[in-house]
Amino acid sequence: MGRFLFGRLMQSLVLLWLVSMIGFAILHLAPGGPLSQFIAGGNLNADDIARLMAQYGLDRPLPVQYLEWVGRFLIGDWGNSFRDQQPVTAIIAGHIGATLELMLTSTLLSILIGGTIGIIGAVRRYSIFDTVATIGAMIALSIPTFWFGLAVIYVFSVDLGWLPAGNRQTMGHGSFLDRVHHLIGPCIVLALVSTAIWSRYMRSSMLDVINQDYIRTARSKGVPPFQILTHHAVRNALLPMITITGLHVPALLGGALVTETVFTWPGMGRLFLDSVSYRDYPVVMGILMFSALMVLIGSLLADLMYALADPRIRGAGR
Amino acid sequence: MKQDDPMQIQEPLLMLSRRGLIMGGAALMAAGTLGLPRGAAAQSAPAGQAIIGFSQEVTVLHPLMSHNEVDQGVFWNLYSTLWAAGPDGTLVPVLAKALPTVENGGLSADGMTWRIELRDDVKWHDGTPLTAADIKFTIELVQNPEFRAQGRNGYTQITDIAVEGDHVITWKLKEAFAPLISVLGWMFVVPSHILSKVADPNDPAFAAAPVGTGPYVFAERQTGNYVSLKANPDYFGTPAYLDTLIFKYIPDLNAMYTQFKTGEIDYIGLQGIPANFYDEAKSLPDRAIYEAPRGAIENLTLNLSHPALSDKAVREALYMAIDKTAIIDLVYYGVHKPAATFLSSAHWAYNPDLAPHEYDLKKAAAHLDSAGWVIGADGIRVKDGVRLSFSNSTTTGNQLRAETQQLLADDFKKIGVEMTINNMVAAVLWADFWKNSEFDSLMTGTVYTIAADPDVTHRFGSAAIPLEVGSGSNVSRYKNPALDALLLQGRTEFDHDKRKAIYFQVQAMIRADLPFLPLFDTIQLEGTVKGLDGYAYNMNTLCNTWNAASWKKTI
Repeated sequence: MGRFLFGRLMQSLVLLWLVSMIGFAILHLAPGGPLSQFIAGGNLNADDIARLMAQYGLDRPLPVQYLEWVGRFLIGDWGNSFRDQQPVTAIIAGHIGATLELMLTSTLLSILIGGTIGIIGAVRRYSIFDTVATIGAMIALSIPTFWFGLAVIYVFSVDLGWLPAGNRQTMGHGSFLDRVHHLIGPCIVLALVSTAIWSRYMRSSMLDVINQDYIRTARSKGVPPFQILTHHAVRNALLPMITITGLHVPALLGGALVTETVFTWPGMGRLFLDSVSYRDYPVVMGILMFSALMVLIGSLLADLMYALADPRIRGAGR
Repeated sequence: MKQDDPMQIQEPLLMLSRRGLIMGGAALMAAGTLGLPRGAAAQSAPAGQAIIGFSQEVTVLHPLMSHNEVDQGVFWNLYSTLWAAGPDGTLVPVLAKALPTVENGGLSADGMTWRIELRDDVKWHDGTPLTAADIKFTIELVQNPEFRAQGRNGYTQITDIAVEGDHVITWKLKEAFAPLISVLGWMFVVPSHILSKVADPNDPAFAAAPVGTGPYVFAERQTGNYVSLKANPDYFGTPAYLDTLIFKYIPDLNAMYTQFKTGEIDYIGLQGIPANFYDEAKSLPDRAIYEAPRGAIENLTLNLSHPALSDKAVREALYMAIDKTAIIDLVYYGVHKPAATFLSSAHWAYNPDLAPHEYDLKKAAAHLDSAGWVIGADGIRVKDGVRLSFSNSTTTGNQLRAETQQLLADDFKKIGVEMTINNMVAAVLWADFWKNSEFDSLMTGTVYTIAADPDVTHRFGSAAIPLEVGSGSNVSRYKNPALDALLLQGRTEFDHDKRKAIYFQVQAMIRADLPFLPLFDTIQLEGTVKGLDGYAYNMNTLCNTWNAASWKKTI
């Protein structure tokens, strides 16, 4: 297990280094720069622009800028944002709560609902329920999030007035119930698509399992059907789901670009979008490295959990 | 408001009061906000909140660092300036006891020596009294070459700053520079007692916990979400009516308008209501909609080093071929007003007597004929081997500008001119492409003035071409020695009326030379909910929350 972990860690470090180099190069080679936002305001002269370029060190060769960035990154200084001068780590920390709140809620909801639908669909394969669920999943997967978000706002906020038209809380207030109220809209939108996805995963995973020999054996031994389902089928069907959940961790923290924009949700997705369009190099790099870290940790965790849940893997890893 | 505006019929009183507020009552308004007594009426403790919607995020709370328009909208409430301009351009003293003039001894007769007396009852939000040392520190910080200042225009002229006692400051100018008084009208004073202790002038700590002297104190900030301010109980001027201001960031314009409609925000500010919702917005119950001039002139910026555009006859013909009314009505839902020069018609130095613009394709074609541009085999004019063809660039994703480009290209084609379209993302356009005059022509909304002063040396002066001298914003590469002389006169003249006459001439000269083709005076559609009173737009600021301390809730 120790050697397995060490190997994985080494792999991860090399990957992180590659991600940082490629990300840095692409970001800086893309046309434009972080000062454009100030130039567009029209109050800066060319000599002001040249002065700011020099002050921010943007006029130096790219490798020099990269090495400086890496050096600082390694000692925990992720730089300051060009937009608001605040440390990148503080900015990321300030956005992650909103994203976690939204993504955890919607993911838990969709795993629970999608999982249940998938199990029932697999057990009652080709039943009316299964057909409706399959068609429903296809429709849900094809609806553009952007459009669906606007439709939810239009119907539930503008027309019916049941839900707020966005934001994480009522400005100046923000009790627990108020926050839940604000969560409903974006959760519906996010959960719709992911419920469909989870139900499909669960259904196929269950179908694999219930055709296995040990299920037939259990049935022939007279184990009650419900017990077969809970003790034998679902537990085994959940194994591949662990991997998928692990790979889903970065998405939990990466946020949802479209939904966060439509619902004015101050999360990581929108931060990334804003930072890219402003060419806020330190923030973009910070988010990139953070996400890469999360992907690596997520897959590592999935492997570990898998090993814990399944003795066969543990044996192979030894 | 337009004449057929239904609100004018339904609510004549509301309209009247709003007009009166903005035009006639401007000085009074400014006085109230900016620290002068508003009257004897007793004022109760601040109460309630206003949620201000912006489609740009408030970024930097250090008022001297590079910042955007909405940041200034916060600065006006958090900090104070020596004086400030009301909606009609009249300067009103804030931290200064009076505006410096030759009569009151604030200015020497040649305008080279300044002496400013400060109020003695101003306290920083942490309780420390404001002194002349703070003003000195602020000016010197902007001058500090290490500091990432927004701009130094005017500040570089100041020298020999001296403090007399606690409340008098004096300085000399290297050369007379009349626009300085406007520039200082945007100089938000920062606390010397806090910032002088920090070794690195760019240390971000102050921006995270700003301390000012304004009517509001900093309360809380959630990046990507909002900034909130609380009323300052020790404000030296008339205290704020509202207890809390929340500057909410809503990145999507449609989402922002929806939140204005559903009442999640009380005021919809920068970038305003999308023009396509204008009619619907006017019919919303319990909402007041305003046509606020931004001071930005939408225009075609021409590169005068382009072989065809360098010909004045071509520029004149192009101008005649622009149907401003059609652009405004067909593309912009009739929101904007035709522009005639680099100043908004609401600006105090606007010249109303410029040669009128006339849309006439026949005249335009005849003008090109007589200038020797003959139609070639492909229908495009040629002269001395130069084809009358140029490209136009603007930022991608701006649908309305793209439509305007189409209208223009169609009309230009009718007079034998080819205009191709070469749009690019903002981060590319506003980089070398703009600075090094790599474009043929640009379609942009430009604020030509600095701190609303009519001086445009940096935009049209021969010595302000960035490609040639590395400084300035004269990206058209326009050169006119007569204009240079006139601009110098305007910079060194301190008398308001004489300056006005000079800038009338400047506008006439630019109208004749056409280094850019003005399209329209940009109007921003803003709105407030019923019961939020006191709003007044002011094109002499970058953001109309400049007087939010005068806002109050009546419902």
